[in-house]
Amino acid sequence: MLELSPDEWVAVHLSLRIALVATAVALPFGLALAWLLARKQFWGKALLDGLVHMPLVLPPVVTGYLLLISFGRRGPIGAFLADHFGIVFSFRWTGAALSCGVMGFPLLVRPIRLAIEAIDRKLEDAAATLGADRFWVFLTVTLPLAMPGVIAGMVLCFAKALGEFGATITFVSNIPGETQTISAAIYAFTQIPGGDAAAGRLVLVAIAISLAALIVAEWLARRAGTRFHGE
Amino acid sequence: MSMLALDVEKRLGDFALAARFETAGGVTALFGASGAGKTTLVNMIAGLIAPDRGRIRLDDTVLFDSAARIDVAAHRRRIGYVFQEGRLFPHLSVAANLDYGRRMCGLARDGAETERILDLLDIGHLLDRRPGKLSGGERQRVAFGRALLMRPRLLLLDEPLASLDAPRKREILPYLEKLRDEVPMVYVSHHAPELKRIATSVVLLDAGRVAATGGIEVLDAAATELMG
Repeated sequence: MLELSPDEWVAVHLSLRIALVATAVALPFGLALAWLLARKQFWGKALLDGLVHMPLVLPPVVTGYLLLISFGRRGPIGAFLADHFGIVFSFRWTGAALSCGVMGFPLLVRPIRLAIEAIDRKLEDAAATLGADRFWVFLTVTLPLAMPGVIAGMVLCFAKALGEFGATITFVSNIPGETQTISAAIYAFTQIPGGDAAAGRLVLVAIAISLAALIVAEWLARRAGTRFHGE
Repeated sequence: MSMLALDVEKRLGDFALAARFETAGGVTALFGASGAGKTTLVNMIAGLIAPDRGRIRLDDTVLFDSAARIDVAAHRRRIGYVFQEGRLFPHLSVAANLDYGRRMCGLARDGAETERILDLLDIGHLLDRRPGKLSGGERQRVAFGRALLMRPRLLLLDEPLASLDAPRKREILPYLEKLRDEVPMVYVSHHAPELKRIATSVVLLDAGRVAATGGIEVLDAAATELMG
């Protein structure tokens, strides 16, 4: 009863891969943007901030559709990437990772930005007087001190990516073995007679993964936090 | 030639700073009441604030010149800075804090010199600790060590004893006297007795302007007036 069928395993495996890749690829962009929003004043900052948060407030179907017309095989960005770099998103798992990354991005950026804003800039000044240029200040002072926020952001982004449904199914459809994640598979199983057992098994898997991710994140954040005070 | 020469102007809201002085080395005291512009001035020397106009020269290096559009970045100035609150990196051990400047400046490791500074400041037994576990006096001594170990051309001290109680101050002052021969210093304080013990020359600041310069006798005249 609790044994997953090969097809269900594929969906679980694919979901984890898509969520991990989405989080990992989004991270460097998220760090750069969080730093920019936390530390710099520039023209159009409010607009950029708004754009980053758009996927959070837009209906996911709208985000998925926007991805489809821009990153699809005939979309301007999609066609460019396919012709010049051979990167294709439409109806591929990479497309699912892209939509999951975009949907998770605001959740990734926000905690990192708040963590950076909470860091005493005087510590960054002290690092500069000791010979560290901007890059090294970020790497040796800002980033380690913002680590609890970075971990929180990654977990939220991962969780969002794992559960993403609307944007992904709009952008890359629901193809078993390629773009069918746990959520999409559960949806598909609930649409066919006798699919309840399979859907139930995947629901349990989804709960287990989410819980495990939260526990690991809590443990990591606690460890990063105590390092500043403990021996 | 003077060691440090400075002629700067800066407007910050209602506060206008226009200061000009030169020092020959040794320990230069920047003395004045709170709000006289002392910290702003040392931040300009360190490169953390840019003056609106003027020039700052250290030995034969021009650090800032608004007319020539020179503004050497803080991380290239090799000027040590001890802050009032220490500003040790809380996520690094004392050892890593002490080694930070050497690593960032790309200096070779010098075990004997490190040993000497650790002995001088009596901080060798603290190396494995985190800054959060240090007493106020220990924290400031580590901050002195961190600034010295980057082998600075000049050491800036901004009220380094102000956060400490009287017994801690008495504990630190002898260490400061030992540092006097290590490197030229600019020492900011509004506490005349402390300056009298270590300063070799005095710049008196009052409301953003240099009111007097000279030897430590300037302190006596100013202290009665300033501190009431």
